[in-house]
Amino acid sequence: MNELDEFRAEVVAWLTENRPPEPDFLLPESFMEVGSDSQFHYLRDWQQQVYEAGYLGMAWPKEYGGGGREQVYQDIVTAEMARLNVPFMTNTIGLNWAGPLILAIGTEDEKQRYIQKILSAEEIWCQGFSEPDNGSDLGNAQTKAVRDGDEYVINGSKIWTSLGSYAKHMILLARTDFAAENKYAGLSYFLAPMDVPGVRVQPIQKLTGEYGFTQTFFEDARIPASCLMGTEGQGWQIAMSTLTFERGAAGGQAGGLSMVVVGVADVVELARHAMRDGQPAIEDPHIRDELVKFLIEEQGDRLCESRSRVTALCSERPGSIALSGKLRGTELRRRLCQFAISLQGANGALWVGDRDAVAGGKWQRSYLNAFSATIGGGTSQVQANIVGERVLGLPKG
Amino acid sequence: MNKPQLSLAVDFSDEQAMLLDTATEFFRDKSPITYVREQLTTEIGFEQSLWREMVALGWLGLAVPESYGGSGLGLAEAVTLAEPIGRCLFNSPFQSCQMAVQALLAGGNEQQRGRWLPRLAEGSIASVAVIERAGDWSLLRPECNGIREGERIVLSGVKTFAVDARVAELIIVSIDFEGAPALVLLENAVLPEGALTREVVIDETRRSFRLDLDGIEVIDTDLILSHAALAALTAIRDTALLLITAEACGGTAGVLDIVVAYLNTRTQFGRKIGGYQALKHPTVDILIGLERARSHLYHAASVLGDTQHAEVALRMAKAHGSDAFAYAGDRAIQFHGAFGFTYECDAQLFLRRALWCQYQFGDALHHRKHLAGLLF
Repeated sequence: MNELDEFRAEVVAWLTENRPPEPDFLLPESFMEVGSDSQFHYLRDWQQQVYEAGYLGMAWPKEYGGGGREQVYQDIVTAEMARLNVPFMTNTIGLNWAGPLILAIGTEDEKQRYIQKILSAEEIWCQGFSEPDNGSDLGNAQTKAVRDGDEYVINGSKIWTSLGSYAKHMILLARTDFAAENKYAGLSYFLAPMDVPGVRVQPIQKLTGEYGFTQTFFEDARIPASCLMGTEGQGWQIAMSTLTFERGAAGGQAGGLSMVVVGVADVVELARHAMRDGQPAIEDPHIRDELVKFLIEEQGDRLCESRSRVTALCSERPGSIALSGKLRGTELRRRLCQFAISLQGANGALWVGDRDAVAGGKWQRSYLNAFSATIGGGTSQVQANIVGERVLGLPKG
Repeated sequence: MNKPQLSLAVDFSDEQAMLLDTATEFFRDKSPITYVREQLTTEIGFEQSLWREMVALGWLGLAVPESYGGSGLGLAEAVTLAEPIGRCLFNSPFQSCQMAVQALLAGGNEQQRGRWLPRLAEGSIASVAVIERAGDWSLLRPECNGIREGERIVLSGVKTFAVDARVAELIIVSIDFEGAPALVLLENAVLPEGALTREVVIDETRRSFRLDLDGIEVIDTDLILSHAALAALTAIRDTALLLITAEACGGTAGVLDIVVAYLNTRTQFGRKIGGYQALKHPTVDILIGLERARSHLYHAASVLGDTQHAEVALRMAKAHGSDAFAYAGDRAIQFHGAFGFTYECDAQLFLRRALWCQYQFGDALHHRKHLAGLLF
């Protein structure tokens, strides 16, 4: 057994031994779905435990609280977390977007100040990009940041803020120059505190009935000028590099599982237990055909990832696979959840909280939550426009 | 827990990349749409001089071992030709020949290989005849048969879809022989007058034939029997699935080009029609179908020799690839409006080839049925 195999065995043993007991409530499937204090505390405690055991931020520099080891160790941990289906790391924005961004372009002070507490989940991060009137058009953000001595005064509002009720900091995109030559040049980027007067957080109730997002209002909120990242006017550029971390394209994330991974294999399992006319649903030819269709599609997307690493097989339209990834993946997930509900027969109409709900109603909730991905970050319709225009060169509408 | 563990391998060598480039350029040059249309009405459906050029490039011996005069590469390399062939709607016996080569390699004895493989590497043409009038895709239940009469075996029955059989020196025919599937290596030269009749097929670039076997006599050395026959039939099927999928991927890319060009030029109601989301979004669906199909294709080419993964990969690739092509062709007609309804619009050539690809060697539903059995 080589060193990596030994390490993997050690990780598996630790995760098996230390995974938290099943709670008596249904856990969320990603940080975007954290909607109650009990869910939040359960997940935060778990992240802290993982960090303290040395299994998070393993490849981040030691001097800021990371493990200083090679990425391969963290990748093993992340893969085993997914395989063993343990709860995810809830400080996702800190771990995967803000953290790597600060490590890449932040000042020494910022690294010292923020990185370790991102890993330990002591300080939760949220993202303030979208605004009520600027959903897909991020560059048009209107939240105002006006310099006043050694402070900025913030006014405006951000929406769809995941973890907004629990966050200590926000990565904030705000307009510092309304007279700039174009809308992008007027934007600046802040690592903004949430616990200052004038910041008000209002939970938004989702279609599931849960509270997973907030709207954040800034009313003459004063933050230290040192919260500005880079210089004024660099906001758009920094926001774009944040998005490359968000999409996982740049590497550098702290690692750790960031959501519950659901695939066709899970629905196949469901079909083994669901019944149709006295037989397991998996024996019904129509259901088998639907499952195979889903598998072909899912496998097609996974193979697109593999093929995207072979330059010679992507030379004609190099951006095609990456740019269509969100559209393909999120729509597949939504339809897969729909199908998983249909497998449950009459129980398809049960909801979270009913004692007979299949798997606690998680498929029903997953389906409704799946819209957060087909809408958030640019709706599927906007995604299709982007692919059509940028990849195929079709005219704008 | 019995989660199907699917391979995610996509391997592509520099050699394959070079072949793909060369072939892309070659077929773009040699098979423009004017050439394709000229060939629709010719007897054999392709220009002999082009075939000789392909032979000279070593393409017909690509998957033939060096010991038989080929270059010792494999089907994964043949894919890099089949894709551009599909893109340019080129027709030639390339696919039939590859099926014959693989059948001989999988099931032929030393004498049979030695006799045919060097000739095929040099451009002699072969055809396979494994389908019958009922149209069943199962290759394991031939009803044509052979009856032994002393030294001779007398054949009877009718085979269909003997593609390029007219110009083939060798036709590999499946029959039932003494209760099991067998293959006959039939020389065109021994066929009686009228044994081959041209079929009227949906893809007018193709030349496909009905083969009447009644009374044709062969001898034992012409036969491939029992396990060898099953291996050869599997090789024929796998080769067909792979190369048809490659052709479908190429065809999808070809028809997508036509759609994008039209959407960027045609103006209605004062604007380019590509700006309308009702046309733009399904065009993106064509692209997504193509991206997934190519990924399945080159994955299948990567795991060909792997008994654990090859069949699943090939069936998935064919199921998805031929449907993606048919969808692209179907939408291409619709998006051309009234012009799309005419014979003159090139989209019909692609749609008709897509339908051919769908119904050769099993459509999507057929392969999904088999996949279900393999996967759960």
